[in-house]
Amino acid sequence: MTYLAYAVAGWLFLAGSLGIARSRHLVQAIVALSIAQSGTYVLLLGVGFQRHAAAPVFTADMTIRSAVVDPVVQAMTLTDIVVSATITALLAALAVQAAKLHGTADPDDLRTLQG
Amino acid sequence: MSRGVRMAVCAVGALGVAVLLAAAFTRMPAFGGAHHPYRDAAVGAAVRHATPNVVSSLNFDQRGLDTLVEEMILVACVLASVALLRPAHHESERPARTGGRVLPASRLVGYVLLPVTLALGLDVVLHGHLTPGGGFQGGVILATGLHLVYVTGDYAALRRLRPVAWYAYGEAAGAGAFLLLALAGLVSARGFMADILPPGRFGALFSAGTVLPFSAATGCAVVCGMVVLLAAFFRQELQITETGEADR
Amino acid sequence: MMWIIGVTLVLVAAVGTVVALTPGPERQAVTLSLYALVLTLLFFELSAPDVALSQLGIGTAVVPLIVMLAVRKIARMRARTGAGDRERRAPR
Repeated sequence: MTYLAYAVAGWLFLAGSLGIARSRHLVQAIVALSIAQSGTYVLLLGVGFQRHAAAPVFTADMTIRSAVVDPVVQAMTLTDIVVSATITALLAALAVQAAKLHGTADPDDLRTLQG
Repeated sequence: MSRGVRMAVCAVGALGVAVLLAAAFTRMPAFGGAHHPYRDAAVGAAVRHATPNVVSSLNFDQRGLDTLVEEMILVACVLASVALLRPAHHESERPARTGGRVLPASRLVGYVLLPVTLALGLDVVLHGHLTPGGGFQGGVILATGLHLVYVTGDYAALRRLRPVAWYAYGEAAGAGAFLLLALAGLVSARGFMADILPPGRFGALFSAGTVLPFSAATGCAVVCGMVVLLAAFFRQELQITETGEADR
Repeated sequence: MMWIIGVTLVLVAAVGTVVALTPGPERQAVTLSLYALVLTLLFFELSAPDVALSQLGIGTAVVPLIVMLAVRKIARMRARTGAGDRERRAPR
């Protein structure tokens, strides 16, 4: 259990990277990249977690000494999620244009259709 | 390099990375431990600024510079995607087709859920400093709610609901308001993105300094940015065709 | 309670692998949406409601929609190019 969260994060990263390597469609590579990015979310939140601690939102009956999980990594993960969504959209637009120019969306074929 | 060779090289590389990751993870503090020095510092600062939601305080107050850069990345990506998806010189845009079968039950669900989702999204944005939420979350909920009309209705209904030009102005307004608020801190000689509003009472709506205005500006920029982005994709898929292609 | 987190972690790893291995990008949009839902569940269990809210909105709705639209556009272009090219060049 101690290393399960980190192991899952590493597994997601590697699964996403291998998904990019074996993709046959540009959009498949983009989705696999999204999986690899989610590995970083799991790692960040796993680092900040504390057992039996509340969420970092203070209600009226909590004091400054109440145990909460680490909010700094949550803020980083929030930024991470939004930025990766917009980058995914940009990559999808690039894929559409590449397919339009070369007539194929297979990454293996894109090299042989230059010029 | 053939596909088989490529996969073999990738497998070797992945194995190496896995070994390095395992070596790193075994030296990290245990999952669920109690030693989080950044948490103690951040929570203390958030309570001093009267912000119950520490993550919002971090996003818009303590680490506001990260959010500023993220806003700019959002605007830049939307701009780049829209520029990439404009019709080329050999393409033309045909008018959106109306009609198509929509189940009345679907349409009813869409019309009922649309105001509910919009109200929820607005609530999440405006109470971002008090409860879990904030500009980004509320903005995404609002954008998704608007596109419920597409899912349960048809594309023409969606186009009536969102004149894209206004959403483009809205995104610019949101990002510009964010920058102006950040510069206002500079003008008031307290520092870039400093709190220029009073902290107020802990838990009240108008409290937590400038977190609420920043959150609202971010929410506006995010919802308008997402709508513009999706509109570019919709237009590209449903309306833009090669000039001379027969209508499907 | 930790076993719930453990089970969700294993589920996340499994669904993530399924998404990476799904053949066909149009099907990946659906599995990606499901994966985002499972990730949201994990984030709630790790006491991160803000992160879960944004992942829910973005991962289940916005990104699969963009992926579907891009895939459909590319498929339509390839169908048109394939139909046009079949008269012009010999099959490879």
